[in-house]
Amino acid sequence: MSSFETVEPTLADEQQAIAGHRSVRALRTVLARLELSLVIAWATIAIAVAFALVPFAFTRYSAVDGLAAERRMAPGIVHWLGTDELGRDLYARIVYGSVQTLSGALIAVGVGLVVGTFLGVVAGSSRRRLDDAIMRLVDVLLALPPLLLSLSIIILLGFGTVHAAIAVGVTSIARFARLSRAEVVRVRRSDYVEAAFGSGGTFFAVLWRHVLPNSLTSVVGLAALQFGSAILLISTLGFLGFGAPPPTPEWGLLISEGRKYISTAWWMTTFPGIAVVMVVLAANRISRALHGRTS
Amino acid sequence: MSDQPAPAPLLDIADLIVSYADHSARRTVVHGVSLIVKPGEVVALVGESGSGKTTIAQSVIGLLPANGRIETGRIRLNGTDITRWSERRLDTIRGSQISLIPQDPGSSLNPVMTIGAQVGEIFRLHGERDERTIRARVIELLGHVGLSDPALRAAQYPHELSGGMKQRVLIAIAVALKPQLIIADEPTSALDVTVQRRILDLIDDLRRETGTALLLVTHDLGIAADRADRLIVLQHGHIQETGATGAVLARPASPYTARLIADAPALSGTMPARPQPTTAVAADSPGAASDLVVVERLVRDFPLRSGETLRAVDDVSFRIAAGTTHAIVGESGSGKTTTIRIVVGFERPTAGRVVVDGIDVSTLKGEDLRRFRKSIQLVYQNPFSSLDPKQDVFTIIEEPLLNFEPLAKPVRRERVHDILDRVHLPRTVLGRLPQALSGGQRQRVAIARALILSPKVLVLDEAVSALDVSVQAQILALLNELQRELGLTYLFVSHDLAVVRQIADTVSVMKDGRLIESGAIEHVFHCPVDAYTRDLLAAIPGQGNGASPP
Repeated sequence: MSSFETVEPTLADEQQAIAGHRSVRALRTVLARLELSLVIAWATIAIAVAFALVPFAFTRYSAVDGLAAERRMAPGIVHWLGTDELGRDLYARIVYGSVQTLSGALIAVGVGLVVGTFLGVVAGSSRRRLDDAIMRLVDVLLALPPLLLSLSIIILLGFGTVHAAIAVGVTSIARFARLSRAEVVRVRRSDYVEAAFGSGGTFFAVLWRHVLPNSLTSVVGLAALQFGSAILLISTLGFLGFGAPPPTPEWGLLISEGRKYISTAWWMTTFPGIAVVMVVLAANRISRALHGRTS
Repeated sequence: MSDQPAPAPLLDIADLIVSYADHSARRTVVHGVSLIVKPGEVVALVGESGSGKTTIAQSVIGLLPANGRIETGRIRLNGTDITRWSERRLDTIRGSQISLIPQDPGSSLNPVMTIGAQVGEIFRLHGERDERTIRARVIELLGHVGLSDPALRAAQYPHELSGGMKQRVLIAIAVALKPQLIIADEPTSALDVTVQRRILDLIDDLRRETGTALLLVTHDLGIAADRADRLIVLQHGHIQETGATGAVLARPASPYTARLIADAPALSGTMPARPQPTTAVAADSPGAASDLVVVERLVRDFPLRSGETLRAVDDVSFRIAAGTTHAIVGESGSGKTTTIRIVVGFERPTAGRVVVDGIDVSTLKGEDLRRFRKSIQLVYQNPFSSLDPKQDVFTIIEEPLLNFEPLAKPVRRERVHDILDRVHLPRTVLGRLPQALSGGQRQRVAIARALILSPKVLVLDEAVSALDVSVQAQILALLNELQRELGLTYLFVSHDLAVVRQIADTVSVMKDGRLIESGAIEHVFHCPVDAYTRDLLAAIPGQGNGASPP
């Protein structure tokens, strides 16, 4: 017994040491392969998410209350990115606005992903008629300009952040449906799916075991790409006044409010604009990296 | 440059090292290969996949993929070092001094250009400007490579030509300027056997006319034996053996060459008779009770867009006795694949009947069809596409068990382990994904998956065609062993008669959807009745040369 007790820890230690060595080496190869633009993209998204989760940790100013005396101050030590026409700190408004934009984009992508993929998978794996019916509906969705479609949906649903997000999500249903249908059709033709049917698999078992896992990877890549365009579209709706109502510090709304003072207070449009551009570019860069890895 | 005296070799490769860039490192695939090709000589570069034979051929003509690089070594053509030549300099010798016959005729022609325009391009690239001269030379050339009605062919597009005709067009382009060296990279591996022989004959004839040397890259030792003056055997980027064809085949110096020769079905002398199961002669005995698979007057029509119908299978009948192997042999388009898809229940016959183990397959549907699948399983040609890339080996082999009576997890695990031992795979592969396995291992996994339900009949659709010869031999041995131990009945589909001879008891020869000849294997091989069967048999490469070891 005692001999075991003495032997075991050393063995474990040794294994741990080897594992540690290995992980160091793995880390080094990971570092060697990292691309700078991808690191920046992930960092941007991480900061935006942190803004959304714990905004109070980044700024001591309020996003909605301002001092009239400090209105339209240029960027400086006190107010890093300046203040708006009501004396509210612009940096604070961007930080607090992050949650609006990100959650909106998340809802939008979620709606598109779930509904679109469901339609696509049903169309791809069903018979001719249902497939045709679903895909013609999708063609109609594709034929409408996204902005027009989302404006109409907002008018039907009413104004508000969540409604705007759903409206944006509906515009991406068609793309998800088309992609997932194409993938399902491709996978369904493969030998291993036929082999699975040949070994007695039922329709749903084969769909679950083979078709879905093999067709959803590129759908996930599209979701990341859609995240970027959803942010852009949500900001557009906010800018047009169809998103969150005024005191809310939504990024598109910030740009829209700053537009009136563009000749005297450039920072009011510039910094929210930069925030939107950074997050959209970062999302696109990450989606390209995901896509490259899956294909 | 003229440091070589009188009989200078045409092509002189010295200490060639070629590497490819992987994700993180460079992988060397050719390790210091030296070889020479003399004027007018046929040299065959033989090796299995991954041996570096194609890489060597590509380096000579400067067509290495973008991630490939010649590390060291020299390639000299007529004494001139062309190793580091730029693309533009190489263009001056490509076509005129060295030319290439590519592997896949299907993808080597531009689909949106006419044949005439593509063949004419070689003259245009090398300075001919007069369109009328070009056209005349193209038509003459197309006639020369044996295409009927060359003027019509010149106006056609690649999709209007068959595979063999396309390969003739590519040969026409290669020989157009009468180069001193032609590199043929697996020129016939995508073609049917009878077409293959005609194409190789054509290359031989054209070569003799102009005294062109040929560097023939092939995995098929039979072809090399028939056509080459000298053999160079490659393995893992190293030259294993080199010498005159007859000498190498009769007395291979390297054990690897000896194994290759032994594994090449057509070359191994009289082709060893396979261990005969006791029921092997069942083809002649009318014991209907022992026939596990009965196919009667099978017909399958496919509607064409033009409103006509294509009869893919036309009145095909055969029987397979339990525990024996029946082979269906035919070239592409002969209807053999459609036939077996009907037998396993993936397609329905237009007319006729298929009875497997007393059950009429042609009328089954829904749940009955699903139940029936337990007794017959299909193994696919390509083990790279028949395994789900996202599942590990254990999940792949286990899956069929989940489709029928529920079994406890330990029972399933034990069944998977049993079957894994049967196909001689180590337990360590269970956690791996298919992409981490070799082609032979994948095919073993596919066989294991087919066998786990203990089917009575195994249908093998070209199951060894995608594999290297030595792997092919191993899989065939495994199939023979499994048949002996488990009493399986095989329906084996192949275009390769030499392989069929190693595994089958009875054989049916199909052509254009019809059954041409049928009977016991020895009978069909020794006294074929039909002219087409004789043609097929004559086309097996490797029979003429060194076929009988001492």
